[in-house]
Amino acid sequence: MGINDVILKTVAKAVVLIILTFGIYLFLSGHNSPGGGFVGGLVLASAFVLMFLSYDTETVKDAIPIDFKKLSAFGVLLAVLSGLGPLLFGQNFLAQSFDYFNLPIFGKTEIATVLIFEAGIALTVVGVVVNIILSISEDE
Amino acid sequence: MESLIIILVGVLSTVAFYLLLSRNIVRVILGTAILSHAAHLMILAMGGLKIGSAPLLGEEAETYVDALPQALILTAIVISFAVTAFILVLAYRAYQELGTDDLEEMRGTDNE
Amino acid sequence: MNNIILIPMILPILAGVLLIFLRTYGRLQAWTSIAVMAVVAAAAVYLLNAIQTDGILRIDFGGWTPPFGISFVADSFAVLLVLTSSVVTVICLLHALVSTDKELVTMYFYPTVLFLIAGINGSFLSGDIFNLFVCFEVMLLSSYILLTLGGSKRQLREAIKYVSINIVSSWFFLIAIAYLYGAVGTLNFAHLSVRVAENGQEPLLTTISIVFLIVFSLKAGLLLYFWLPGSYSSPPVVTSALFGALLTKVGIYAMFRMFTLVFYHEPETTHNIIAVMAVLTLIGGSIGAIAHNDIRQIAAYNVVIAVGFILTGLAIATPDAIEGAIFYLLHDMVVKALLFLLIGTIILLTGTAQIGKMSGIIQNYPILGWSFFIAMLSLAGIPPLSGFVGKVLLSQGAIDSGSYLLLAIALGSSLFVLYSMLKIFKNCFWGETIVSKDDQVPLRRGFLVPCLLLVALTIGIGLGAEGLSAYVSDAADTLLNPQVYIDAVLTEDFQ
Repeated sequence: MGINDVILKTVAKAVVLIILTFGIYLFLSGHNSPGGGFVGGLVLASAFVLMFLSYDTETVKDAIPIDFKKLSAFGVLLAVLSGLGPLLFGQNFLAQSFDYFNLPIFGKTEIATVLIFEAGIALTVVGVVVNIILSISEDE
Repeated sequence: MESLIIILVGVLSTVAFYLLLSRNIVRVILGTAILSHAAHLMILAMGGLKIGSAPLLGEEAETYVDALPQALILTAIVISFAVTAFILVLAYRAYQELGTDDLEEMRGTDNE
Repeated sequence: MNNIILIPMILPILAGVLLIFLRTYGRLQAWTSIAVMAVVAAAAVYLLNAIQTDGILRIDFGGWTPPFGISFVADSFAVLLVLTSSVVTVICLLHALVSTDKELVTMYFYPTVLFLIAGINGSFLSGDIFNLFVCFEVMLLSSYILLTLGGSKRQLREAIKYVSINIVSSWFFLIAIAYLYGAVGTLNFAHLSVRVAENGQEPLLTTISIVFLIVFSLKAGLLLYFWLPGSYSSPPVVTSALFGALLTKVGIYAMFRMFTLVFYHEPETTHNIIAVMAVLTLIGGSIGAIAHNDIRQIAAYNVVIAVGFILTGLAIATPDAIEGAIFYLLHDMVVKALLFLLIGTIILLTGTAQIGKMSGIIQNYPILGWSFFIAMLSLAGIPPLSGFVGKVLLSQGAIDSGSYLLLAIALGSSLFVLYSMLKIFKNCFWGETIVSKDDQVPLRRGFLVPCLLLVALTIGIGLGAEGLSAYVSDAADTLLNPQVYIDAVLTEDFQ
């Protein structure tokens, strides 16, 4: 991937940041308005893919030393474990609960246990999507 | 409106099956992608296209649409996404190994 | 604690994910998977006994009760299949311990097998049809990966066909689910059964049931089996043993569930179609089994014949026939794994799959030869081996209901099975040996032990049929009385 495109690279630097922020927003707003782990994860993944497209694969891999295969495995693990957590409290598999907290900046915020599950999904989606792109683009 | 969607599903399925029956593997993969879209639209139409608010807690609307088909479609999209990604990589590998993208030449024999 | 119902699906997934982090530790991966599957088998035994005393068990995910939430329902039929598939997997993994290449192991072989089993067990246990679809896809995606692992030309070629045909059948599945939801407005098995019974099974619903029949026939290899021999005969030994033993069974399970619980009102149409398809499968499979000279192909066609045989039981649908079909289903999982392991071992030892190129290897490997002999007898249904009980019960059912033609063809197919197996036995094991004692490839104990375990299991099921029959007849009872299942799943309000 030896594209040397100044405009793409410059724009990517700014846009990646916006995409990442939007991805996190979508992920956090998930449990009772449009959004969620899957969509948020896809948006986050698209930021990574943009980086891989505009820069060299090697450069990005040096900058983000994450094994995306393991990232997706970790995501699944997190999601399954969050499902198993309620068993410790005598609840059914995948049961959820939520409560309201007063956070310093955000004020009264609803935090639900489903967030852990969604985080697992998001990590899985990021891992899988980046993996697919990398495995297709790897050997030229 | 439902009838219109069903006709669209029919058109999409026709296109998809036409592509599926061709010999070029990339066309077959495109066919499978369109096929999955047809199925998703079908599920949506079968739930009934009602006018109502999105099935979310904060909306406080009088009527809501049926949430189940949407959940089903989301799941089906994820699955078809994974399968399409897989078959794309598979086709690429097969092209590298076998040196052809023509399904007719992938027939193969017993004796090998 | 009903949470035990989760173990057959969640534990393999959890273990599979953990094993991804242990990529380079081949031995550890193998033994962990074996241990996990043994725990699953133990959980299944526990569940099976709990069902006999407490009735059908159920767990609602997240506490959402049916028909709104997703639930797993464990009845005797499902749990018997979970148990058998787990035991068969343990034994196949023991074989994998010695027969799998290092390269394959680092390519996530064991995690994929565990995901495959999670999908299979999930399909058996799921209580609604969309969850069945999802579990099917988990199983299919894992099978795509297992089929292509190794990446030989033949595997890649067959994988493209296998994946394409399964995408089309998944499309049919989705369309059928959409039709069903449009027609009756629910997807929970028990609720479907209630609604269909209320409305009466109109021609529209019967048509939808036939779309489902097409879907499951594609998965099970009932009549629509043209993809099966190629894809089951190309992957490495353990993979093809798992495929031959387990994959088609999930399709068969789904058919039994659908046509005994939901669409049982119009047997003149649906069950007759199944009967015709089963007969054609038996005939086609028999022709394939005697026509081929590649031992992998012969084994694959034997899978097809068994599918036809089991589904004659569903077509007849008397208590005896269903019981026989369940017995035969359990027997077939064990004996097909045995057959594919033996055939894989023969190919590893002789380096060829063609009947004509080998001869007399019983002199080099006597135990292997006699194991094959027992597998052959068991497949043909000779007492006291496991195939006998199923065949007798099914025949009894056929005679009671007067389906003599079905009976004649089903039993006739056994002769073709015997013939095709005898062909392998006579050509490969008897006659002048092709390898001298000095330069024969030594048969490692790791290859032989799993085969012997399966031989013991097939003899055990045959001799212990009496003990097993309590569970099997409970399973058949539940299948034939949908109300039992409905009562266990739905509260009064929804019935």
